[in-house]
Amino acid sequence: MKKTIAATLLSLLLGTSAHAACSFQNTVPLKSLTAAFDAWKAVTATMGECGNIQSELDQDFRLKQPAAFAANPALYQLGGVSNGTLVPLLNGGTLRPLDTLVAKYGQSLSPNQLIRIDGKIMAVAMDVNAQHLMYRTDILSDLGIAVPTTWDEVLAAAEKIKASGKMATPIGATTKPGFDLGLEFINMFLGYGGHFANPDNTPAFNGEAGLKTLAMLKKLTAYMDPEYLVSESTFVQKQFQQGKIALSNLWATRAAALDNPAESTVVGKIGLAAAPAAIAGGKPATTLWWDGVVIAKNTTDDQADAAFRVAMEGLSERTVKAAPGAAVWLIKGYTPGKYATGAIASANGAAPPYPSSVVGGLVGSVAGDNVADFLTGKKSAEATLAAMEAAYLTKAKDQGLVK
Amino acid sequence: MKTRTFLGFVAPSLVLMTVFIALPLVLVAVGSLYSTNPVYETIEEQSCTPGFLGQTCTTEKRSRAKLDADSHPVIESHYVGSAAYTGLLQPAEVARTFSAAGNGISDLLALDFYAALRFTLTFALFTLPLVIGLGLIVALAVNSVLKSIRGPLIFATLLPFIVTPVIGALSIRWLFIGDGILTAALRAIFHTDTAMFAQGWTIELLMLSYRVWHTTPFAFVVFYAGLQTIDRDTIESAIVDGASRMERLRAVIIPHLMPLIVFVALIHLMDSYRVFEEVIGFSSQAYRISLQFLTFNFLTPDQTGNRAITRASASSMLTLVGIIVLLVPLIIRTWRSQRRRG
Repeated sequence: MKKTIAATLLSLLLGTSAHAACSFQNTVPLKSLTAAFDAWKAVTATMGECGNIQSELDQDFRLKQPAAFAANPALYQLGGVSNGTLVPLLNGGTLRPLDTLVAKYGQSLSPNQLIRIDGKIMAVAMDVNAQHLMYRTDILSDLGIAVPTTWDEVLAAAEKIKASGKMATPIGATTKPGFDLGLEFINMFLGYGGHFANPDNTPAFNGEAGLKTLAMLKKLTAYMDPEYLVSESTFVQKQFQQGKIALSNLWATRAAALDNPAESTVVGKIGLAAAPAAIAGGKPATTLWWDGVVIAKNTTDDQADAAFRVAMEGLSERTVKAAPGAAVWLIKGYTPGKYATGAIASANGAAPPYPSSVVGGLVGSVAGDNVADFLTGKKSAEATLAAMEAAYLTKAKDQGLVK
Repeated sequence: MKTRTFLGFVAPSLVLMTVFIALPLVLVAVGSLYSTNPVYETIEEQSCTPGFLGQTCTTEKRSRAKLDADSHPVIESHYVGSAAYTGLLQPAEVARTFSAAGNGISDLLALDFYAALRFTLTFALFTLPLVIGLGLIVALAVNSVLKSIRGPLIFATLLPFIVTPVIGALSIRWLFIGDGILTAALRAIFHTDTAMFAQGWTIELLMLSYRVWHTTPFAFVVFYAGLQTIDRDTIESAIVDGASRMERLRAVIIPHLMPLIVFVALIHLMDSYRVFEEVIGFSSQAYRISLQFLTFNFLTPDQTGNRAITRASASSMLTLVGIIVLLVPLIIRTWRSQRRRG
């Protein structure tokens, strides 16, 4: 009994102090499902100050969200998405258009945060993210290497570092089969100016750009830790932190962690630059991502209203103040710091946005499933592209995308 | 027993087996013949994504799922026959592999299904004798130690079996991956640049050893129980007749345990043919996949949010067929020995 009273008192105390910073007190019980990286931690923490919201942070949100949003009533009113995870939700028709809510409560938003699909606002973006070049400033200057601007220069730099004996495997990359490897393929493929599909949705990636992409990925793996096929973002981040790699195309959201003295041995030795181009003088071979919030369609108007207001609190200047380094925020009041330079340089170099289309999703999926066969030497480049093409057609026919 | 009483006894389990085993199987079999997919339409659409200074808006023709008036996706389902099975087994590709143009087995193993089948069979058949052999050795060893320490010893021996398979696999992986302490130890001992996750066979070795470590306690505990039922008189007469330890093992103990060995083999083959946790735990999918993982991969929504239900169903049916083929010899054996007794 004593414990219950203490717990109630504690929750009351916490409850009242939690509302302190929020501009209104939320009375509608809400749930949100978002990814779990630092930017979302910051946003959901601010949202929590409004009370009555239960935030679930899960890196596998992509797999849970479509079904949870399709339920009626939706299991979560508020969702965190990126341009890569928006397609399944749009295909399912489970998102609520936000035009009226934006007009009512969205005064603080800037126009470039509004994600319009077919004229309607379907999501509100909060940050942009991209994989861009991170490098060890000390090693590059010791060996007199200029910051690489193309992937060929990255290879040359890696060779020099390897030859100097400073590092055996100077390059890191997110090459774990599945999403990560699929994205590596797409980034490089778009860098070589490739096209995914013809207007009738039949595949067009089995060609010169595809072959060049595979060849470049293979060349890069020669300078990577031999266990590169289990490497995802956290793996690369740790490789950097432990001083094992000097060059990598890594997510902007990971940059701050490399300067965190609690876990990194290379604090202050990391430089950020635009993603290298595949062709000299070409666009950076990377894709631009955004993260943002959506509201489920299967919610009452009251819930949607409350959810949007809470989300606006999460996307307010207070979040930026609390965690300025967690992301390249699009929120007003953000001044781009050191950790934004790489992403901004990539964007200014006209890196394309990640294709949030059914075709783009299919190419990412089949590349993620098949490219490893080429890297391990199981299949030739031609056979790998042919297998990707066959897998693409099977999936596209399954879905009725190609007759 | 009267037929009526007998039926009264088994009816509940028959009903449960129909509802929870037979019916789902029929549904999966039917599901593997039909394809269900959203309908797509091509529209001209303006979409905007954020840039730093302003917005990038593009108008282009693109495909999107068609939604009905209530904005539910329009779904259509049609009969596809054996297309999912052909897609998995790829008979045309197999024929090409073994024709003059192909490279035989190495090309065959580049096809997902056959790569998975190869690994799954190796996994099931290699671990089987090891699990039974080790289980027997441990059981015999525990059976011959002092009674007073047997209790704690049995408890300790059972521990690997209690560990959740994925968690166990992950812990072993962390011991070996990158600069894991065991990899570091191997490097220190052999002065080579060991990387356990850089090629397929080392990962496969870890996966096999892990499964043996994990399931040996099960074989052990079954055999240990069996050892308690051995007739002391038979053993003692064997000793009097001058039979050595090995001879006693071969002529008395193993024949006595045979039904249990068959039982353990049945369970182990069924379990290991469905190998899945090791693939996830050791993240081996770049090098080694299993049939069950293939089904799982089909069921996971891809980046368009679509699940390949038809192919997943077909792949489960093929797994089922595989298990039946693998178990037939053991089941026939059991059936014969039962008939001999009855």
